[in-house]
Amino acid sequence: MDLILVNLIDGLVFGLLLFMLSSGLTLIFSMMGVLNFAHASFYMLGAYFGYQLSTVLGIGFIGGLIVAPIIVGVGGALIERYGLRQVHQYGHVPELIFTFGLALLIQEVVKLFWGQNQIPYFEPAYLDFALFSVGDNAIKAYKVFMIFISLAIFGGLLYILTKTRIGMIIQAALSYPKTVEALGHNVPFIFMGVFGVGTALAGVAGVIAGPALGTFPGMAFTLGSIVFVTIVVGGLGSLWGALLASLLIGWLTTFAASYNLRMEDILTGLGMTKPEVMSDSMLQDLWTLTLPQVGPILPYLLMVLILVFRPQGLLGKREA
Amino acid sequence: MSTANTTNRAYGAITLGTLLPWIIGAIILLVLPILMGSKGQLTIMSQMSIMVVFALAYNMLLGQGGMLSFGHAVYMGMGSFLCLHVMNASYFGSVPLPILPLIGGFFGLGIAMIIGSFSTRSAGTIFAMISLGLGELMAACVLIIVVFFGGEEGISGYRDEGLPFFGLEFISHIEVFYLIAFWLFVSAALMFLFSRTPVGRMANAVRDNPERAQFLGYSARWVRFVSFSASGFFCGIAGGLSAILFEIATESDLNVTASGVILLIVFLGGVGFFWGPIIGAVVFILLQTVLGLQTHLWELYVGVIFVAMVMYFPGGLAGIIMSHAVAMSLGKLGLLVRPYLTCVLPAIIGILGLCGLIEMIFHMREAPTGETEMTLFWTAIDTHHIWAWLVFGVIAAGGILLARQQSSVLKEAWDQANTIDTPAEEPS
Repeated sequence: MDLILVNLIDGLVFGLLLFMLSSGLTLIFSMMGVLNFAHASFYMLGAYFGYQLSTVLGIGFIGGLIVAPIIVGVGGALIERYGLRQVHQYGHVPELIFTFGLALLIQEVVKLFWGQNQIPYFEPAYLDFALFSVGDNAIKAYKVFMIFISLAIFGGLLYILTKTRIGMIIQAALSYPKTVEALGHNVPFIFMGVFGVGTALAGVAGVIAGPALGTFPGMAFTLGSIVFVTIVVGGLGSLWGALLASLLIGWLTTFAASYNLRMEDILTGLGMTKPEVMSDSMLQDLWTLTLPQVGPILPYLLMVLILVFRPQGLLGKREA
Repeated sequence: MSTANTTNRAYGAITLGTLLPWIIGAIILLVLPILMGSKGQLTIMSQMSIMVVFALAYNMLLGQGGMLSFGHAVYMGMGSFLCLHVMNASYFGSVPLPILPLIGGFFGLGIAMIIGSFSTRSAGTIFAMISLGLGELMAACVLIIVVFFGGEEGISGYRDEGLPFFGLEFISHIEVFYLIAFWLFVSAALMFLFSRTPVGRMANAVRDNPERAQFLGYSARWVRFVSFSASGFFCGIAGGLSAILFEIATESDLNVTASGVILLIVFLGGVGFFWGPIIGAVVFILLQTVLGLQTHLWELYVGVIFVAMVMYFPGGLAGIIMSHAVAMSLGKLGLLVRPYLTCVLPAIIGILGLCGLIEMIFHMREAPTGETEMTLFWTAIDTHHIWAWLVFGVIAAGGILLARQQSSVLKEAWDQANTIDTPAEEPS
């Protein structure tokens, strides 16, 4: 029972982290119709800028949390303005390839400035204590902090998008850009702004996830593909779908990693006998399979199944 | 239909003009090992040839079919793994090595048919995402399914245990190169012929306008499925060749990074022309080996080249070359020589200056403390001295500014070279 609760909390933390990335990505997708492969790279930049600002320049963790996303967001907006808009005229496939190249490039630039190895970016001392404990498992204050930051951002985003005038214009511009332009709004500027805010959100996620998950040049690609899975599963362009899928995948991977369900037990439970000499059997891998082993690939399996059987995703309205 | 056929009779006919590139290609493949016969050079050329097969197969999807795959290394890798299993099997003694790539090819075809049966339902983002998901799945499976993939260390074998083929046992590198070159030539020719078949032509139609192709009575899905399977077949051949050359297959042969590299290669070369990926593969392997020897940062430079290419020359290297076709047919190519020299030369110098700055940043971070000297462009430089930074900064800024200033002249000359019937004036 304790373990379930701990896993629920861990899964929630990871799921909300995924949501911070997937919400921005899904908004950008509704706007441009293109998946931004470099989205997780902005998350990585957020973590590195956060480290650089908070420890080397010494404005503290909170300072980094505020300044780093702004830098990332401005950088993202500039890339949209001078990079993506240039490529847009060639069509969707070059756009996708451009963002893919950008992801590679950002990874190499990060390696140039900060090196191959993980950098010593830790949570601030004032959040590094056990807030409460479930059974024998201590829950760190930092995890709770992460949950609250994510929830605050989700609430803010939802409020802005549905209750304010700016949000209305953005939503209208996503569906009917021509009409909104005819009404006198600067739609390219709105798109640039949405791209900037989306990347800034990824930057926030990077600043707070860097200490928890580790800050290294491969972090963008490890999380990036999971974020894709999330928005495809949730339904491209759907904010609620992104939330649902983020939590689903967060819990799926966390639970799979912590329950050592072995294939051996299932097969013997079904009445099969384990072969004496494993190395001769063609099915040896089936016998030695465990749930933590397959855990990391479950999201991809889920995505492929979703794409085959329900291409619009869980809550999506249109096909990708 | 009949009128279209009569007017197009010349199209598809075999003339010296259409055969010439193939003859030249065959001669190059035959002569190269004689000119450059060292072991290292032969290995690099073999590697290039394999990459060319793979890149051409990938372009059957991306360029000709408009399908962007992020997991295409799977088919090559699977072919590679299967061929190594054949090499390790007890019956390998009765299999001549030259037909091994064919076995890999059919395995690639089988896998592609299974996956293609559901992934080719639509092109675009769904196809790209399915390919990415499957790529990740397969890469993860390599570490889980140890029987077939051998886990972390992969599968290795020996190519010389096969049935001797007319006395050849493929122990020396030159024999292996000729074997790979043979398969390169055959697969390239087959892929070219495929692009000229009705289904190859329909792949182009489906790429450009699937709806319209369906109105004409073609199933877009079926056309995509055929291209996809054919591409899988040639990827499998490339995989078999790689098994023969390297005698090992590991997870890195079919993970998503390998799939990314092939996308990079094909786009660099140019997706719009059949021979684009050939240039891409040759240039990429050259960059990898030459730049890789000179600097640790070659991936950064390749990344910059790639992004710049996508932004400014989406046709790739082949597109750049072919954009001169108009000027050439007008006989005005000569007009461009001088502006190119005055514009591109400073640009190259400026970019080299920029590279110098980047290398110094890298050296500042990587070198052990106390070591301040580095060798850059065959000169020793003290990176902790302001003068080094100033010199390279001036070179970079000066070169790029000069190139910018000259670019208007180049543009003028370009416009002039591409217009008919203007009195030829020297660009001012």
